[in-house]
Amino acid sequence: MKRSPVFLYAMLAFGFAFLYVPILLLILYSFNESRLVTVWGGFSLKWYAELFRNEQMLNAALVSLRVAVTSATIATVLGTLSALMMGRFGRFRGRLLFTGMITAPLVMPEVITGLSLLLLFVSLETVIGWPAGRGIDTITIAHTTFCMAYVNVVVQSRLVGLDRSVEEAAMDLGARPLKAFLVITLPMLAPALVSGWLLSFTLSLDDLVIASFVAGPASTTLPMVVFSSVRLGVTPEINALATLLVLLATATILIAAGFMWRQERERERVATKALKTERGGSHTSSSRP
Amino acid sequence: MSGAGEGPGHGLGGRPTTGARTRSIAEAAWAAAGRDGERNGHGRTRLQWLMARFGRGTVIGIPYIWLLLFFLLPFLIVLKISFAEFRIGLPPYTPLLEWIEGGYLQIKLAFGNFLFLLDDPLYVVAYLNSLKVALVSTLIALLIGYPMAYAIARASPTWRAVYLLLVILPFWTSFLIRVYAWIGILKNNGLINNALISLGLIDSPLPLLNTEVSLYIGIVYSYLPFMVLPLYATLEKMDIALIEAAADLGCRPFKAFLTVTLPLSMPGIVAGSMLVFIPAVGEFVIPDLLGGAGTLMIGKVLWSEFFNNRDWPVASAVAIAMLIFLVIPIVVFQYYQHKHAERAEES
Repeated sequence: MKRSPVFLYAMLAFGFAFLYVPILLLILYSFNESRLVTVWGGFSLKWYAELFRNEQMLNAALVSLRVAVTSATIATVLGTLSALMMGRFGRFRGRLLFTGMITAPLVMPEVITGLSLLLLFVSLETVIGWPAGRGIDTITIAHTTFCMAYVNVVVQSRLVGLDRSVEEAAMDLGARPLKAFLVITLPMLAPALVSGWLLSFTLSLDDLVIASFVAGPASTTLPMVVFSSVRLGVTPEINALATLLVLLATATILIAAGFMWRQERERERVATKALKTERGGSHTSSSRP
Repeated sequence: MSGAGEGPGHGLGGRPTTGARTRSIAEAAWAAAGRDGERNGHGRTRLQWLMARFGRGTVIGIPYIWLLLFFLLPFLIVLKISFAEFRIGLPPYTPLLEWIEGGYLQIKLAFGNFLFLLDDPLYVVAYLNSLKVALVSTLIALLIGYPMAYAIARASPTWRAVYLLLVILPFWTSFLIRVYAWIGILKNNGLINNALISLGLIDSPLPLLNTEVSLYIGIVYSYLPFMVLPLYATLEKMDIALIEAAADLGCRPFKAFLTVTLPLSMPGIVAGSMLVFIPAVGEFVIPDLLGGAGTLMIGKVLWSEFFNNRDWPVASAVAIAMLIFLVIPIVVFQYYQHKHAERAEES
């Protein structure tokens, strides 16, 4: 397609500039000596030092990490099970309801999810006495619920792309469904599980609104601390924190992408090798399109 | 490799017996796993028997129960509390059902909260304004996102991967931080105003922050990746031969775009628009940080109703009313998701 590439590339450049210039400015100004965000006062790391002396921020970061690790792990298990249901089980009773419940959290406004979960926790506490008060556990449950919807999307799209014949061959040869799943399907799904986990981890780490509703007095997460200090004005300390978070996200996604890419290459290598063996090694290059 | 209790001939255990023609073998084998345990139960360990008997039920049961408990039930409770009345105490709302003297069960449904929403222009204006803001932001995101997605879909495979990574990356970085970044750019002594003043283009700073402009910038900026990704997914799959055929038959590029490309990319347009529009309607953080006190959006109203006024019944009524507005877009979104999944399954 050679049509008007100039316009297309101009739009692409504009879009990327729009997405990235604010983040790059944030990173640049985190090294600014001056407290005034817009005046360059020379290079300095003092805001990073300040950040690591901020007890409240560090505690909140620990709470957030704990919640993120736990909810990402549970969400990966539940999201994978749901993807399996949707992708491999055909029709089952209540499938339509389940489809609705697993896709709705993707678009549901956060204020509604947060409010409804809080009211659930309060009602449960008055009826059965659990959860006693709100805190890390309730935030973890809330995050798990919306993260599993994302894991479901990631794993399901991978599951659709998988070649079913290997699974079927294993079962023809006598593997029971569970075994076929553990030996065949699960390893092939691994990249999707890793990226689903990482995605859940970052989504949980990032959530402000839902956590604000379901958090207790003793469980303040990092976004809640950031939000309350941002409301008071721009501080270079937040710039430093932002830089660290952006670096973390970049590292995470590069690891995830690298992992996916290696798996893909491995698969291609195996396919090429199989092809070569089949043709008696006469072809040296892969004929994959 | 297999466990001790495997008897001969049970290799066929996972196989379907009847009615499997229409389904795939794998599917039917999962389905048969439950029944099969009864037939071959004796030749295995107890655990294996349990797995075979209840495996399918467990896989379906756990996520199902989780979502019923933590997704569906909460909505029913919101619905219930939206019909309650505010009171001072714990919980801060009146019960709907109450046993009163003489063995009567009293049901009290207070419609007052909903009438209050209709009565007070604040809520009506907030709803209408939210819909307007979400609609305009979706259109802007579509106008920026479509050419981006198109360019990515037409790039060489290597560049495509790089571009996609660049679109996805902001989605992985903190949403709050990205919104915060705009405060430093747009405020009165922010980067834009400072630059314009030092260039001598303006004398006094332009009010950029806490306006509708900053609100739109924030929403489009935050949700742009959600628009680009589904658009890219449909544009990438499109057969380029169709456009070439149109060109061969004398169709001008612009007309080919309107009559071929645009209709074919409709699923992506709908999915992307819904992914932007629906969350934008209930957005809280962006109107709070970038929109200022003047912008009324329903997510912000719900937040302050809950956190500042502590009126849970009215907050619930606001949520229910918001859901009523969003039911149609959500159903449209799910319909397209469903169709997309089915088509993927077929191919």
